[in-house]
Amino acid sequence: MAREYKPRIVTANDLIEGDVVYFTASHNWSRDIGEAVVAWSREAAEQLLAAAQAQENRVVGPYLAETDIGEDNRPQPVHFREVFRTRGPSNYFHGKQAET
Amino acid sequence: MYRYNDFDEAFVRNRVAEFREQVRRRIDGSLTEDEFKPLRLKNGLYLQLHAYMLRVAIPYGTLNSRQMRQLALIAERFDKGYGHFTTRQNIQFNWPRLKDVPDILELLADVEMHSIQTSGNCIRNVTADHFAGAAADEIEDPRPTAELVRQWSTDHPEFQYLPRKFKIAVSGSPNDRAVTKANDIGLRMVRNEAGEPGYEVIVGGGLGRTPMIGKTVREFLPKDDLLPYLEAILQVYNLSGRRDNKYKARIKILVHETGLDELKARIEDAFERQKRAFPGVPADLIRQIEEAFAPPEFENTQSLAYEQAQADNPAFRSFVETNVAEHRNPAYGIVTVSLKPIGGTPGDATAEQMRVLADLAERYGHDELRVSHEQNIILPHVRKADVPTVYAALGEAGLATANIGLLSDIIACPGMDYCSLATARSIPVAQAISKRFDELNLEREIGPLKIKISGCINACGHHHVGHIGILGLDKAGRENYQITLGGDGTESATIGERTGPGFDAEDIVPAIEAIIEAYLALREDASETFLEAYRRLGAEPFKQAIYGENGDKARAA
Ligand code: SF4
Repeated sequence: MAREYKPRIVTANDLIEGDVVYFTASHNWSRDIGEAVVAWSREAAEQLLAAAQAQENRVVGPYLAETDIGEDNRPQPVHFREVFRTRGPSNYFHGKQAET
Repeated sequence: MYRYNDFDEAFVRNRVAEFREQVRRRIDGSLTEDEFKPLRLKNGLYLQLHAYMLRVAIPYGTLNSRQMRQLALIAERFDKGYGHFTTRQNIQFNWPRLKDVPDILELLADVEMHSIQTSGNCIRNVTADHFAGAAADEIEDPRPTAELVRQWSTDHPEFQYLPRKFKIAVSGSPNDRAVTKANDIGLRMVRNEAGEPGYEVIVGGGLGRTPMIGKTVREFLPKDDLLPYLEAILQVYNLSGRRDNKYKARIKILVHETGLDELKARIEDAFERQKRAFPGVPADLIRQIEEAFAPPEFENTQSLAYEQAQADNPAFRSFVETNVAEHRNPAYGIVTVSLKPIGGTPGDATAEQMRVLADLAERYGHDELRVSHEQNIILPHVRKADVPTVYAALGEAGLATANIGLLSDIIACPGMDYCSLATARSIPVAQAISKRFDELNLEREIGPLKIKISGCINACGHHHVGHIGILGLDKAGRENYQITLGGDGTESATIGERTGPGFDAEDIVPAIEAIIEAYLALREDASETFLEAYRRLGAEPFKQAIYGENGDKARAA
């Protein structure tokens, strides 16, 4: 049986700054994962990725990442790598934690 | 130190100008990422997890105070105020913005530094013993050799597209502090029976997914034959190294698959041809390089200040015991400055700390600094009489941790806090281990111990050659840590053995603690090091300590 489809979001790194960004419903890029647009089906995910890839003058390496939906209805990272990407390095307080 | 000539200067400046134009074209959209990526990597610019990372070469780990100050300036102006020193004697900046990188490269060029060949399938930054030119046990300073290799390999037209990256390390002492047996080529300076200096040439070492200890292809290579011989090895590798499979492309696999005898024959054959065509290195150049590394003028002043300070101050005595090594001049010491404060990030130094180190080098250290593959900074020539003053200044800068060679002197690669290839984090593991053992106050009791941690199979943290090695993995979406024991990165190099199943993040520190407890209980006496005890006892008692009698993983309570 095919594995149940997990919803996905598109994430990448900003071309100039290098930091983590998420593709939004208005086909912009946000630093907040909560603003990412969610693809609920495989087809939608592929379309979303194609739209993100067309913006290669703004970002580097867009890809699909699995997402959970939180109680507030906002996307949340699933894999620990994606969790770290939302937070920045954990070795000391700097990076994203310090900026927000 | 070697100084750039006009040719070097123009070469580096041209590369900066070229890259400035490439960055401009990427930003205005005329270059795609596919086109741009190989160009940025050729200039040491990676895209990591949270930002770009610029890797700067510090050839054979040697730098002067002016260069260190420039690194501090870059850290402050273009980064978040710190830099990270790596196991390849590089420094990495973790937060540069793409548009600023040409300016950073310009600042580096101002002090004869660059990022060329810190990425890609070429000959990488040449590394060497960090005590070069200072160590009491040295046969010869390995840096003239390393500098010659650097000049030969920089932009070498034939070796820009090798099957994989290629690493060369040089050691000038019988005690190997350059991990020569875990490099693609390791050069160890030796003397033949006539007392002439030359090299033992070791080929095919490397860590990563298939860790291997290098094999000796020449017991003695006369110094004059070095370049044609290296040329021969690289030609054989370039021609026969595998290009069909990235994971089998390093020269270690060629050595393994071809067999040592056959490979030696091919190298010797290529060497004969090379040697006939080789006009020799111009005597002028050799002289110029050797002069650049002439030892500083040592003062043979005797003073009791050093002994007195040790008698008066136990903390200073501890520092001397661990952080000061024997210099070839008895009036001097080699001071290793630990970049491993308890709970800190191994290898990180702030801009302020870099400036303190630069000032100390200038005032008390003949203007020389070294970066070690163990992610520490060395002041190679400090008069013993000045060591107490240096120690006090280091203390004020948070740099006086007296732990060199001890448990908390951990190598840890950036891992998943920074590195896009990582499968788990490594820095927090190092932080947790050093904090835990600081609480236990056991570090000195345990004695010499090397813990090395990598955040993925690429093994930048050298975990395979750690007495205790830790490898971070992703096990079904959770960070998991595998332990290896008995590794050794010195002249008696050995690859550590895996103990068995890995540990979850919350269990890795207790597991390390259980291993150490077993060692303390089983060692013959305090003089038997962890590595010696492991070699005598084998893996079994340590496995039992962490997995229990029945092989069940027991969390040491
Ligand atoms: S070992 Fe892996 S995680 Fe660590 S720096 Fe190297 S590539 Fe990155």
